[in-house]
Amino acid sequence: MSNDSDPADRRTILRSGGLLAAAGVAVLGAQAEAKPMSAHRRRSDIETLQVALSLEHEGIAAYDLAGGSGLLKPEVLKIGLLFRDHHKGHRDALEKIIRKAGATPVARKTDAEYVKALDLGALKSQEDVLKLATKLEKGAANAYVSQLASLKDPELLHLFAQLSSDEAVHWAILANAIGQPIPAPAFIFG
Amino acid sequence: MRNRLILVALSAGTLVVPAASHAADLKGDPARGQARYESSCGGCHSLDQNRIGPAHRGVVGRAPGRAPGYAYSAALRKPLPVWTPARLDAWLRDPPALIPGTKMTARFPDPQQRADIIAYLKVESSRPGR
Repeated sequence: MSNDSDPADRRTILRSGGLLAAAGVAVLGAQAEAKPMSAHRRRSDIETLQVALSLEHEGIAAYDLAGGSGLLKPEVLKIGLLFRDHHKGHRDALEKIIRKAGATPVARKTDAEYVKALDLGALKSQEDVLKLATKLEKGAANAYVSQLASLKDPELLHLFAQLSSDEAVHWAILANAIGQPIPAPAFIFG
Repeated sequence: MRNRLILVALSAGTLVVPAASHAADLKGDPARGQARYESSCGGCHSLDQNRIGPAHRGVVGRAPGRAPGYAYSAALRKPLPVWTPARLDAWLRDPPALIPGTKMTARFPDPQQRADIIAYLKVESSRPGR
């Protein structure tokens, strides 16, 4: 094992070799924690976190703007705002990690930018809103799955699996609400 | 008997190894690619609007970092070869391996899915945007 390998890699290698059960694991773990992740890998993980944060900003904006459009019935709005709050929880967690890593979290764009980017002006009915939300949630779940292979830190892998799962739940509820059939093939995401 | 079992296992193994590991070796289906694009790329991208990632219409045959109005990373602002289907395949397989420093870290390991997405982008690149 080289001296400059990442702590994350080390932990993985140690685990895969079954060495975590060995008596000296606490000492090895402490040494690994003390070594910082290489600059390149750290940068790569931060970029991935920033993309995730941008996705969450967009999700929050979409629910905020659609929620304020007057197109949603009260019971549907209530669910939309709950999903938005999940995205706010994701945003807060991502911002905290990015700050902890010494970077500045990417900022939310303006409402006008989101209206243009998501063509929100074209939404004319509750069904339009739900279709858009379904599409965005599926896209977000898939985005997180497709980023997993680029992450180096096991804790971030865990976080991204959680993010993807939350978006998948949102998608499933929305898809059911608009009557989309359940996909027949396995591996719905990824 | 043992040797026969090994032979069978080896033969079976060859069946699960993908015949083509690059999308350039496969025929992409634009209709399948549209569905895949919308579900897999649509979290961050649109054809005609810059979102988390840049707008994609016109990307095939265009130099990287040229979607108007998108704030690219320094890595994509450098002069780079145009997006051919082969380069897009390498990009979708592992973006940072092709262009280190990119913000795009999503990877698409399935060569047929990549071929389908590229076929769709090729069709859409020749159509006028909204």
